[in-house]
Amino acid sequence: MRTSEFDPLSLELFDRQLKKLTLVVLAVFGVLVLRFWFLQVVNGSVYRTRSESNRIRLQDISPFRGMILDRNGAILVDNRPSYDLYVVPEEVQDLEELLERLSRLAGLGAEEAEQKLDEASLRYPFRPVCLKRDLSRDELARVETHRFNLPGVIIKVAPQRRYVNGTFASHLIGYLGEINENQLKSGQYEDSKPGDLIGKSGVEWKWQRDLNGVRGGAQVEVDATGRKIRVMVRKNPIPGENVCLTIDKDLQAVAEKALAGKSGAIAVMDPNNGEILALASGPSFDPNLFVGGIDRASWEGIVLSGNFPLQNRALSGQYPPGSVFKIVVALAGLEEGIIDPEEEVVCTGIYYLGRRGYRCWKRYGHGPVSLHRALVESCDVYFYDMGRRLGIDKISEYAMRFGLGKRSGFDPVHEKAGLIPTRDWKLKRWGVPWQGGETLSTAIGQSFVLVTPIQMAAFVSAVFNGGIVYRPQVTKWVGKSETEKIHEFAPVVTGKIGIKREHLEFVKNALIGVVNEPHGTGGRARLKEVTVAGKTGTSQVIARQKEEELGSKEGIPVQFRDHAWFVAVAPAENPRIAVAIVIEHGGHGGSAAAPIAGQLIKAYLGLDRSVLAEAVTN
Amino acid sequence: MFDRRLVQNFDWILLLLLLLLAGISILNLYSATYTIRDVGGSQVFLKQIYWFLIGFSVFFVMTTFNYFALERLAYPAYIFTIALLIFVLFVGKVTSGSQRWLSLGPVSFQPSELAKIAMVIVLAKFFSEKRGYRGYRLRDLWQPFILIAAPSVLILKEPDLGTTLLLVAGSFSMILFVKMYWKSLLILVGSAASVAPFIWFNLKEYQKMRILTFIRPDMDPFGAGYHINQSKIAIGSGLLWGKGFLHGTQTRLHFLPEQHTDFALSVLAEEWGFAGTAFLLLLYLFLILWGLNIAKASKDKFGSIMAVGIVAFIFWQIVINVGMVTGLLPVVGIPLLLFSYGGSSLISTMAAMGLLMNISMRRFMFQ
Repeated sequence: MRTSEFDPLSLELFDRQLKKLTLVVLAVFGVLVLRFWFLQVVNGSVYRTRSESNRIRLQDISPFRGMILDRNGAILVDNRPSYDLYVVPEEVQDLEELLERLSRLAGLGAEEAEQKLDEASLRYPFRPVCLKRDLSRDELARVETHRFNLPGVIIKVAPQRRYVNGTFASHLIGYLGEINENQLKSGQYEDSKPGDLIGKSGVEWKWQRDLNGVRGGAQVEVDATGRKIRVMVRKNPIPGENVCLTIDKDLQAVAEKALAGKSGAIAVMDPNNGEILALASGPSFDPNLFVGGIDRASWEGIVLSGNFPLQNRALSGQYPPGSVFKIVVALAGLEEGIIDPEEEVVCTGIYYLGRRGYRCWKRYGHGPVSLHRALVESCDVYFYDMGRRLGIDKISEYAMRFGLGKRSGFDPVHEKAGLIPTRDWKLKRWGVPWQGGETLSTAIGQSFVLVTPIQMAAFVSAVFNGGIVYRPQVTKWVGKSETEKIHEFAPVVTGKIGIKREHLEFVKNALIGVVNEPHGTGGRARLKEVTVAGKTGTSQVIARQKEEELGSKEGIPVQFRDHAWFVAVAPAENPRIAVAIVIEHGGHGGSAAAPIAGQLIKAYLGLDRSVLAEAVTN
Repeated sequence: MFDRRLVQNFDWILLLLLLLLAGISILNLYSATYTIRDVGGSQVFLKQIYWFLIGFSVFFVMTTFNYFALERLAYPAYIFTIALLIFVLFVGKVTSGSQRWLSLGPVSFQPSELAKIAMVIVLAKFFSEKRGYRGYRLRDLWQPFILIAAPSVLILKEPDLGTTLLLVAGSFSMILFVKMYWKSLLILVGSAASVAPFIWFNLKEYQKMRILTFIRPDMDPFGAGYHINQSKIAIGSGLLWGKGFLHGTQTRLHFLPEQHTDFALSVLAEEWGFAGTAFLLLLYLFLILWGLNIAKASKDKFGSIMAVGIVAFIFWQIVINVGMVTGLLPVVGIPLLLFSYGGSSLISTMAAMGLLMNISMRRFMFQ
C-alpha cells in the first residue's frame, strides 16, 4: 500500500481546506472583476477620452558629455550641437519614396538606411531610428523645408563631441564609438542604450562613467505626425563631469610637431610626482573621424596604413632600450660593488667571450675607459665586461626593481609590460638555457630586453628625484571645476630604486656629461640656459654584422635602421622635467632623438618662446 | 498496462478550457502585433501557434505515464533543477542585465520555469508522506522551508524578482493548504515583518529607490509609471463592449509597452471591453475551480496536493499579471498564463496542465 493513500484524518482536513480555498479564489476573482468594472465601466468614459487624445510619448534627453581640459584649463575636447535625422518606421507611408527623397535631400545611402530600418522595425516599429548623424547646414535646411513631405522624419538635436585641435593628443584622449552588443550586455554601461556613443579608448574610455553624465527624459505630447506639442514632465539630464589632464597643451604641441611624419613616441613627465606633461605617439589619427560613426574609407585608411596609427606607442610600443639600459647596469654594478668607478677597461672595439667577438659601436675602440667615460661615450665593451661580471640574475633583479618589465600602472588595460629576461623566462619561452653571450647583449640593452617610453620616463625620473618610482598619471582632477572635484590627482609611489646616494650622484654626474662633455653622445640636447642630463640609445633592429654587410648607414633600408632613443632630465640639479623619446628607425639616438629633448625642455621651462610659437601655430 | 478507464476518464472539460484559452490568446496576439507592417510582425502570432502545438504535445506526453512514478522522482528532479539553476548563473545567456536562459543548441529555456513544477512535486511528495497531521508547527516545516529557499535565492540572483515572488507565493499556498497552526503562521509573519526594517536600512540608496518605484510606479514617470498609465488608459477606454477587434487605438499607436507579452491583456481589454475581460476571467476562474475539483476527486494525497500546487501556481500567475496591468500590483515581468506571447512559460504551463490531466484521468485508480 502506498504511503500517500488518504488516511481519514487527512481526507477530512483536505475537504475542509479545499472549500476554504474555493472561497478565497472566488473572493480574489471578485476583486479582479470589480477592478475591471471600475476601470472600464465606472471610469471608462474618462479613459476613453484620454485614449482619444493620447499623444504622450517618452523622449530621451542626452546629457552633455564632460569636457577635457589641459593642466592650465585650456579646452581640448568639448561638444557642439549636431542635427541628427531619425525616422519612425511605423509612421512612414511609402518607404521607398521617403528614402529616395532623403537621399536627394540629405545625401543618405538608401540601401544602408533601408537595412537599418528593417532591423529596427521588426522589434520597435515606433522607436525612431537614427539614419544620419550630424547633417550639414545645407542638408538640414533642405530637410526642414520639405518636412511636410516627409512623414515619419524627425530631426533631433544632440550634443556632438568635438576634438578642438584635431589630431592633438589623440592617443591620449581617445575616441568615441557606438556601444556594441557585448558592452550593452556586460552591465558596465548601466545607463546606456543601443546607439549611444561611449569612450572606446584613452581618457574618453577611462573616465567614461564620469564624463558621460546621466540621461534625462521627458513625457512629450505629440501630434498625429509625431511633432512635439508640449512637454508634460521633464527630468533634466545631468551633465558629465569635466576631466582636467596634467598635459601641458603647448608642450604637447611641441612633442607632436617633433614626431610629425615619423613613427615613434614621446613621454614627458614631472619627475617629482609622475604627472604626465606630454604624451605623443606618431603616426596619429583624428578622433573627429570617429564621432558619429567612422566611414569605411577613413577606417581602412587608418587600419590598412601598415603603421598602426591607433596604437599609442608611448604605452604599448615595446622597444629594446639600447644603451639607455647602461644606466641600469651602472647602478647595479656600483651597488653590488662590482664596478669600481676608477677602474679602467680597455676598449679595442671588440670584446671576446670564448671565441666569439662582441663589437663596440665605435669601430676602433675607446681605449682605456672608466665608468664615467663609458657612460658619457656609451662604450659597449666596458658594459660587456661589467655585464659579464654582474651576471644576468643581478641585471634583471635591478631592472625590475627600477620598474622595468612590468606595467607602470598608467593604464592597466592598454599598457604593455615590456620584458626583462631571466634564466627561467628563457627556459620556459625558448626551451633553451641562458647563454653567456646573451648577458653581454642584455648589458647594452639588446637581446630580449624590451621597454616602453612611459616606463623609461618613470625610470629616468627616479634616477634624478632621489630614487622614487612614481606611477605616471595624466588626470589632474575630475569634477565640475577646480573647486568642485570628485577625484583629484595624488602622486602614487610604485617603488623605490634603493640605490645609495653616492652611486646615484655618480651616475647623474655621468649623465650630465653625456650631454655636456666633449665626446658625449648626447651633445645635441645641450642647452646654454640650463643643465640637461641624458642618455642616448640606439637599439638595433637587425644584427650589427648584417648591418655591415648592407654597407653604409644610408644604404640600409628604412625598416632595418636602428631605433633612436633619448632620455633626459632638466635642470639636472633640480629636475622639473623628464623626457623619454623613441624614434622608430631614426638611426642614432644622439642625432635623431636628442635634439627633440632639447626643444621640449626649452619649451617647458619657458626658455625659448619661438619653439612654442612655431609648434602651436602649426 | 493500458487501461481502458484512462480513456473513459479523459478530462474533456480541462482540454476544452485549454483550447478555448489558446484560441483567444492567438486571436489577441494577432491583433496585438497586427500593426507591425512586415512579416516579422505576423511571425509573432504564427510562432505562438507553433508554441501552442508544441505545448499541447507536451500536455499529452505528460498524461501518458502514471503520476505515481513522480513520487520516486521528486527529489532527484528537484536536485537536478537546483543544479540547472546554479549552472545558469555561470553559463546562462545574459539578456537585458539578467541571466535566466540556458541554451541547448537551437533551443533555450529558463530553468526557473522548471523550478515551479519541481517545487510542486517535491512539496507534494513531502506532505503526502506525513500522516495524521491536523496542522503543522514551524518546527515541522524546516525542511519545506529549505526546499523553497534554495531555488528562490538562486532565481533571485539571476535576478528575476517576479518568478521568485511567484515561487514563494505558490509554495506557501501549498503549505497553507496542508494547514499551518494559526499561532505558527502569526509567528512566521511577525518575524518576517520584524526583520524587514533591518534589511531596509542596510540597503543602498539606489536599491531603496528601486523598491520604492516598484511599489509606487508613479515615482518613475519614464518607466513603470508611464507603462501603467498607458495600460490603464487602454483597459478603461474599452468600456463595456470594447472598440472592436483590431480597432484598439492604444494598441495601434503603440502606446502600450510589451503589448504582446506582459501587457497582452490590456489589448484584449481595449478591444473587447469589460465583456471580454470578464469572459476571460471567468474562463480562468473555471480552470482554477476545475483544478480544485480534480484535487478533491483524487484518491491519494500525493495527487491531491500536487493538483492543489498546480492550481496555486496558475492562480498566482493570473492574479499577479492582472493586478499588474490594472495598476493594483507592482510591475513585475510575469506574463499572463496561456495568453501572453512566449514559449518557455507556455511549455511549462502546458506541462503542468498535462500533469493535472494525468491526476484527473487516474482518479478512479483505486476502485
